[in-house]
Amino acid sequence: MTKMNRALMGATAFCMVAGVASAQQTTLTIATVNNGDMIRMQGMTDSFTEANPDIALEWVTLEENVLRQRVTTDIATNGGQYDVMTIGTYEVPIWGRQGWLTSLNDLPAEWNKDDILPAIAGGLTVDGELYAAPFYGESSMVMYRTDLMEEAGLEMPEAPTWEFIREAAAAMTDEEAEIYGICARGKAGWGENMAFLTAMANSFGARWFDEEWNAQFDQPEWRETLEFYTGMMEESGPPGASNNGFNENLALFQQGKCGMWIDATVAASFVTGADSTVADQVGFALAPDTGLGKRGNWLWAWSLAIPASTDAPEAAKTFVAWATSNEYTELVAEAEGWANVPPGTRTSLYENEEYLSAAPFAEMTLQSIESADPTNPTVDPVPYTGVQFVAIPEFQGIGTAVGQQFSAALAGTTSIDDALATAQQLTTDEMEDAGYN
Amino acid sequence: MATAHSRAAARIMIAPATVLLLGWMLIPLCMTLYYSFQRYRLLTPDNRGWVGFRNYERFLTNPAFQDALINTLLLVLGVLVITVVLGVLLAILLDQPMFGQGIVRILVIAPFFVMPTVSALVWKNMFMNPVNGLFAYAFEAVGLQPYDFLSQAPLASIIGIVAWQWLPFATLILLTAIQSLNSEQMEAAEMDGAGPIQRFIYITLPHLGRAITVVILIQTIFLLSIFAEILVTTNGGPGTASTNLTYLVYAESLLSFDVGEGSAGGVVAIILANIVAIFLMRMIGKNLDA
Amino acid sequence: MARAITPRRKAFNTALAWLIGLAIFFPILWTFLTSFKTEATAIADPPVWFFFDWTTENYSVVQERSGYFRYFWNSVLISVGSTLLGLIIAVPAAWSMAFVPARRTKDILMWMLSTKMLPAVGVLVPIYLIFRDLGILDNVWGLVFVLMMINLPIIVWMLYTYFREIPGEILEAARMDGATLKSEILYVLAPMAVPGIASTVLLNIILAWNEAFWTLNLTAAQSAPLTAFIASYSSPEGLFYAKLSAASTMAIAPILVMGWFSQKQLVRGLTFGAVK
Repeated sequence: MTKMNRALMGATAFCMVAGVASAQQTTLTIATVNNGDMIRMQGMTDSFTEANPDIALEWVTLEENVLRQRVTTDIATNGGQYDVMTIGTYEVPIWGRQGWLTSLNDLPAEWNKDDILPAIAGGLTVDGELYAAPFYGESSMVMYRTDLMEEAGLEMPEAPTWEFIREAAAAMTDEEAEIYGICARGKAGWGENMAFLTAMANSFGARWFDEEWNAQFDQPEWRETLEFYTGMMEESGPPGASNNGFNENLALFQQGKCGMWIDATVAASFVTGADSTVADQVGFALAPDTGLGKRGNWLWAWSLAIPASTDAPEAAKTFVAWATSNEYTELVAEAEGWANVPPGTRTSLYENEEYLSAAPFAEMTLQSIESADPTNPTVDPVPYTGVQFVAIPEFQGIGTAVGQQFSAALAGTTSIDDALATAQQLTTDEMEDAGYN
Repeated sequence: MATAHSRAAARIMIAPATVLLLGWMLIPLCMTLYYSFQRYRLLTPDNRGWVGFRNYERFLTNPAFQDALINTLLLVLGVLVITVVLGVLLAILLDQPMFGQGIVRILVIAPFFVMPTVSALVWKNMFMNPVNGLFAYAFEAVGLQPYDFLSQAPLASIIGIVAWQWLPFATLILLTAIQSLNSEQMEAAEMDGAGPIQRFIYITLPHLGRAITVVILIQTIFLLSIFAEILVTTNGGPGTASTNLTYLVYAESLLSFDVGEGSAGGVVAIILANIVAIFLMRMIGKNLDA
Repeated sequence: MARAITPRRKAFNTALAWLIGLAIFFPILWTFLTSFKTEATAIADPPVWFFFDWTTENYSVVQERSGYFRYFWNSVLISVGSTLLGLIIAVPAAWSMAFVPARRTKDILMWMLSTKMLPAVGVLVPIYLIFRDLGILDNVWGLVFVLMMINLPIIVWMLYTYFREIPGEILEAARMDGATLKSEILYVLAPMAVPGIASTVLLNIILAWNEAFWTLNLTAAQSAPLTAFIASYSSPEGLFYAKLSAASTMAIAPILVMGWFSQKQLVRGLTFGAVK
């Protein structure tokens, strides 16, 4: 090929691309949660469209529950309103198995699939097909106020027990000053209080189902978990705990009203960030245990998936690959600082010196994520996967109904006995109806 | 005055509205009925099949159903009582001569324009929150423990929020009615030595009867389907303490994604709503025909 | 009122009414004030009232994040569109019900109203499927239609109560003078019905503006109105009272201002024929 020819071809190709860009721009509709990291992603829209002028982005940013209801209705009825959906490790395997999602095995090589943390990638893969790209990953851990801990004359071990947490919480509580030793989720919902309680119950040796799918709420381990939880929250929790979810507790901690808070590792960058009044007095520790070999930490990854009903799968893949790439991480680092990049998805991030020095919580986050084991979550064997959830379609309904009961037990409007009995009953009924036993 | 010609014209004119509403009601209703006899979970669509009355059985024997029924009644009645009683008192007050009547009326009418979602969010976070809410500050300022409204008295709190939204509506209708009251009659009664309370009972109240009926009818229509306020504030909890029928149907269809049971719940709710409707229409019929 | 009243009594009335009025209005005022605070001042203990550094930062944050005007415009289209469309269908129906009552008129009217009591959540999936098949998910006109259907019974009933108060003799007189049906409606009926129609329109715009179930569930990016705008602020991460207040103010301000300006027309119409 002569130079002339090449130049001509290049020019033609350029014209064609330009023509395509102006004539038929693809518009992607992206459904996402109103969490801080996603709002940052939305703010980066221009960086993406500059690099991909033929793709325009439309954002649908909704609160988590509304979002879940919207995208589930849409995908299950094949509505086709979204090209990219933000979903979690609970949905991905179920939807993937239904054939509702597009496989992402063919993302470009630069995307570097092998860099994804194995614990996270495992949760997003069904029969060897990767069905979603992780945007950020999280486990849970203890975040605590170093100053209050010192005042109480205690020292937080790197791997505390629940007993220690309860004692420390009581010692840190000062109701006059509106300081509450322990903040934890109480708001009903399978992704709210049941995430916390299921993970906690795992460390107490409890489980949702035995190997024959029989509900286990009539077992002593659940009672023990619930008694410990309500007892501790009663002694040292904030008022209104049964209405507090992740966001409410985050606000409390940022205002300096919590001594300890056990929740998602992603919260670490918020409690040490600019909005926090206690940013330089926060320490981190692993989620507590009771010595049975399982810790009370979960595993979750908000991920970007492409519904099979999309009419622009290629453009959607381009976007997903971009938003979950190292390149995106660097863009955020440049604009907002390394501490604010989406955490918990890539090994390389935890080998990046700049990140490690900017994020004091990095080490603990990685340890927490790596210690969670969704395929083997409990002390006794179970037929399901998932640490803080049971990866079956029926779980959302059951989890939320049980969550209502436990939230009522925390509020004191029902007894622990009644809450457990109702939970057992409704879980058994629902499983029976769904044909498990 | 009705000639055959105008009758026919009337039929034609009434047709679009009737046909549209009939379609709007019947098509989804038939589909809901159809689904209500099926096992249909959105997340396991392959497992679909006929199950007879099983969905109904499950919905009706669900312990939450009874709570939801009672809560729905309490919610509707609670809000009605509050808005009618306060509405009458407020209307009488606003009818008195005063300075800046127009501005006061603007202040009173305002909550009616606020989106239910917004008002629930504002009340929940900025007022009822036991740590950062204004009520918590107020309680502490007078030396009391902050009260945790949404956990300790969830239904009452929701009734309060909804009543705040609907009080302006009741007040305005009642005010318009009071303003049409014949003042000569009042004066005559006063001359005859009737005290203010007697005048209220024997003259004002009977005069307001019709307006009160209208307030009850319109509000009941909207109160039966209260949903956003519950979703935003308590999610129906703790337990089922603030779950009403609408919310229960929502929980079945969109939290559990069980379309079958949700549809059965929808049919039950439709039947109950119609019972209320018939009851209301009887009442209205008597009062409005006059 | 012709009755004499003492100045003291009037002062007392004024004070009491203002107190109650302010109390009822207070949550809105507080939201408005909070929207100009920083997140830290918004939760200050004790609360601060008027004397703080007023900032419009929250508004720019919200605007930058969500792009208010698209949502606003959709809200306007949906609420005004559904009301006008409803009016076109309801006026003839209400007219004939009021002036040519048949034996079943009252029943039809009551049946129409009773359709409003059906719980929307129960029929979401059917409607969603129908909309999918018609290709009008996330379409403004689809929503206009839904909200029109939802408010149609109220529109018909309100109009019916006004029309009924128009004396039939006037119509007959017009007819004697040889007026056609068209001119009867246009020149005789319409002028008398304008106040009633105005308040019907106002009330239904308000109801449509605030409707938060269908507008949230049938929209995505293109047709989302302000109710969806608010749903992205209902519990963001961390401290959010000030931003929530700003978003809330933006969502309710247009309808509040419209309501205040048209107060007189609205109030006149809110009687539903309850006042004779």
